[in-house]
Amino acid sequence: MPHTSTTEELEIIEAGGGGTPPSFAGGDDDGSPGGRFGLPQRVYVTGMAIGMGAILMFFMAFASAFIVRKGVGSDWQAFPMPRILWLNTLILLASSLTIVRARQFFARGDREGFRHWWSVTTILGLLFLAGQLIAWRQMVISGFYLATNASSSFFYVLTAAHGLHLLGGIVALLYVGRGKLRRLTFATATEVTAVYWHFMDGLWVFLFLLLLLGR
Amino acid sequence: MGSRKSCAGSSAPAVLLSIVILILVGSTLYFHIAKTWWFPAAITPVGSQIDQQFFVTFIATGIVFVLAQLTLAWMVFRYRDHGQKARFVRGNHMLEVVWTTATLVIFVALGVMAAHAWGEVHFGGPEPGALQVEVTGVQFVWNFRYPGADGKFGRINPKDIDASTGNPLGLDPNDPAGKDDIVTGDLYLPVGREIELMLRSQDVVHSFFVRELRVKQDTVPGLVIPVHFTVTKPGDYEITCNQLCGLGHYHMHAMLHVLSDTDFQQWEQKQEAQNAQAGQ
Amino acid sequence: MSSHATTVHHSEAPKGWLRHYIFSLDHKIIGTQYILLGLSAVTIGMVLSVIMRIHLAWPNVHIWGFANGVVSPEDYLRVITMHGTLMVFFVLTTVPQSGFGNYFLPIQIGAPDMAFPTLNMLSFWLTFVSMLVLLSSAFVPGGSSISGWTAYAPLSAVGEIAGPGQGLGQTLWAVSIALFCGASLMSAINFLGTTIDLRAKGLSLMRMPLTVWGWFITASLALLAFGVLLAACILLLLDRLAMTSFFIPANLDVSGVLLKHAGGSPLLWQHLFWFFGHPEVYIAILPAMGIISHVLSTFSRKPVFGYKAMVYSLSAIGFLSFMVWGHHMFISGMNPYSALTFSILTLVIGVPSAIKTFNWLGTLWGARIQFTAAMLFAIGFVSLFVTGGLSGIFLAQPALDLYLHDTYYVIGHFHLIMGVAAIFAMFAATYYWFPKMFGHMMNETLGKIHFWMTFVGVYCIFMPMHYLGYAGDPRRYASIESVHYLFRLQPVYIFISIAAFVTAAAQLFFYFNFFWSIKRGKPAERNPWRATTLEWQVSTPVPHDNFAGHYPTVYRGPYEYSVPGAAEDFIPQDVAPEQVAKA
Repeated sequence: MPHTSTTEELEIIEAGGGGTPPSFAGGDDDGSPGGRFGLPQRVYVTGMAIGMGAILMFFMAFASAFIVRKGVGSDWQAFPMPRILWLNTLILLASSLTIVRARQFFARGDREGFRHWWSVTTILGLLFLAGQLIAWRQMVISGFYLATNASSSFFYVLTAAHGLHLLGGIVALLYVGRGKLRRLTFATATEVTAVYWHFMDGLWVFLFLLLLLGR
Repeated sequence: MGSRKSCAGSSAPAVLLSIVILILVGSTLYFHIAKTWWFPAAITPVGSQIDQQFFVTFIATGIVFVLAQLTLAWMVFRYRDHGQKARFVRGNHMLEVVWTTATLVIFVALGVMAAHAWGEVHFGGPEPGALQVEVTGVQFVWNFRYPGADGKFGRINPKDIDASTGNPLGLDPNDPAGKDDIVTGDLYLPVGREIELMLRSQDVVHSFFVRELRVKQDTVPGLVIPVHFTVTKPGDYEITCNQLCGLGHYHMHAMLHVLSDTDFQQWEQKQEAQNAQAGQ
Repeated sequence: MSSHATTVHHSEAPKGWLRHYIFSLDHKIIGTQYILLGLSAVTIGMVLSVIMRIHLAWPNVHIWGFANGVVSPEDYLRVITMHGTLMVFFVLTTVPQSGFGNYFLPIQIGAPDMAFPTLNMLSFWLTFVSMLVLLSSAFVPGGSSISGWTAYAPLSAVGEIAGPGQGLGQTLWAVSIALFCGASLMSAINFLGTTIDLRAKGLSLMRMPLTVWGWFITASLALLAFGVLLAACILLLLDRLAMTSFFIPANLDVSGVLLKHAGGSPLLWQHLFWFFGHPEVYIAILPAMGIISHVLSTFSRKPVFGYKAMVYSLSAIGFLSFMVWGHHMFISGMNPYSALTFSILTLVIGVPSAIKTFNWLGTLWGARIQFTAAMLFAIGFVSLFVTGGLSGIFLAQPALDLYLHDTYYVIGHFHLIMGVAAIFAMFAATYYWFPKMFGHMMNETLGKIHFWMTFVGVYCIFMPMHYLGYAGDPRRYASIESVHYLFRLQPVYIFISIAAFVTAAAQLFFYFNFFWSIKRGKPAERNPWRATTLEWQVSTPVPHDNFAGHYPTVYRGPYEYSVPGAAEDFIPQDVAPEQVAKA
């Protein structure tokens, strides 16, 4: 589950800059950290934690529907698990490591190293998505379409829902990687993105196991 | 408003509110005691148990209802602003404990008592030898099927469903067990004998409801849901659908005819004779 | 990443009309937008209920807007479905939480805005689009859905063959609800983040107004519940559009067509729906409970009785609300043993509700009650809550639910406890906060006329429905013509309809009062009710950043009324102890 790094560490490197303003004082400009009123940066970390709760419930609903549907229906057909999913899983796990690496460089103030590993993470994320599309292709080749059987329906629904959420993570990676931020300080942005990325990674492992053992 | 001097005429809303609440309490009690609109008499032993449980619940909640509403009316009247100073009270720990425990005990006790009547209907099946009837809901009619002389229901094949040729349930013509099955649009049951209804649906969710039986059960496509009971009083009763099933929901209606044992046997024989004729 | 100027200069509202009033980031504007959206939804919903009542009492009366002036059975079902969906989602879920909550939560906790203003704006506009999609379904071929606001599968899943409105109309319904889920999730994140991180100095959790507690717990419920409904809607749409079989079992023969689906479970939809649906009931009523506690305390000139008990019972209701969904399914064919578990848990959730009622009565005890319109609605709420709550004790017992389920008894029960009670809280909130929102007072006399007609009216509408339930009258019947035992109930129908017309007419006093007072009402003082919480300590109209740069420090709990030894009968939360005037 998500690797969390301490906020103190980030505040040190952001010395002289962000941190938590003692009170709400801020520019009139939407572009300044914290928006119009200089809201404290911790709201974004809190917001991400809460948002992950919502996403988790969304996937838990699918997962419990999966288990119930398999239990009540007499028509359940196991599908052959696309082989490439093993590779995809490895890629995503690796991307969690690279994002940790990127943040280590960031903590040291090494912008080059950060940018390098951040890009590697982004590319791994894109590779994972491409791999998921190949997995769909493999499903089609073995004759399992969306409506073929409830088992394959869940396969497509779960992978698509996860893929879309992961795509959101990739957009965040690209946005932060571009380096021009509004409202969030760079430290907060990397922390929030990384937490979300680890969450997507953990969620995928859960879904993969669910599909693997439950199909 | 809000000034410290007392507002003149502030008694009027207090009096009015108390009167409205008194009328509410009075009329509610009246209609429950006079039973102007009420359950019809139950015709099953379980139905009487349910009515008993209703009565107990009514007494318990009725007392709470009257006390709570009258207290509210009294508070509103007694503590209207007539220049007094409000008491500064933050709460009372003891009271909280007392009323929490009291409501918990009352509510859970009611729940446990009610469990008995529920279990009577739903835990455990009927005695062996109960008369089985299959009930099928379909937009917007009820179909009832009896196994006939052989005591066996014929196979159903959804491909054979065709209401226009008199096979609304899709009885498989090749299954001999189905030859003597009786299919009707009204439900005929013998008095005094245990009945087991097997509830099905052909399309969407319906709900089988007979007030006098105190039986209501959804019929769910893909499931066969059994219900069992014994009727103690002959007569004609109405069957309605209670789960929204489409535009004809309101006229999905049939009759339940509870017959004496001999009348029921005569009816059954007549049906079988008709079946035999139609089969030739 | 610039360092901030520490000089206090509060930011100005954006100048452009579009940025200021339409795509505003200001929580106060967004709150007002939500309230206006809810007001239009409730207006449509009420007109629909009047149509239902005309049709039920006088089936042959011609009604404008229907083909040949006749309300057909499918029209009737369209009307109930639209009424239920609009009222539950766009009124009860939207106004007490997103409307009043958006407006007053940041001010009550001493924050300049919500934590995520852009997200806030997006959730409003998504809600708006969702409502447009829902309303548009009335104008597509086949009309809007006829499957009720609960949309039970397979009626909702198999498409047009199940009935008119089950084609495109039902699809649009599902899309609308899915969008609404997204909007509610974003809104929930905002409410939780704001309450957790942006409280003023000194505002500990146990010093928060009960309104804030109500909004906070509600947001937690919304966060956990709406994701599930979203998932359910996605599966429903796939069943409808992509031939999957999540909710559709094998061998369905609908209107003579044998469907190709296989193996799905209609009960799965019900479980997912009610897993959302029961917390949803509390999403509608918990903010209302907070508002009522707040208003009762202000106009009793007393602290809320048992503040901590109020907080704990709110939390307990929130927690238990996720474990009682099965009580909607006692007769669905669910396992009868789990029905018993759900039954006991449901009765247990009645305990914290009872605690709240006792504490409201405790608040009135020894009070100095001021009968403002807001207070009258709050007292009315307590009465309605008792009545509606007690009928729930019957429904919570599966043995009794056997008879009462899906009858008018249930309609009477949930309208009193969830519908009307929450509406009363909205009225109380409107009369109470209007001076702060618009700088003018609402007319108290009109407010009182509105209250008396509505209070008597709703009891006359919904109490007789319980008696219809005893007589076994099933809900969602377009006509009683096919069932003989219903014939003698016609006079009750007529009585209810007349009561409904009077109640609907009473709302005209409210509409007039509301819109007239915005401009013409008596100018409001900063703190007309002499209340303690932070929203009454800031100037009216509320500055763009709420506190004009001077963010408050909180020194005490929210309901310090009639404190012995103080000169005034209220001590605002932000007055330092040494500055409190002594008597």
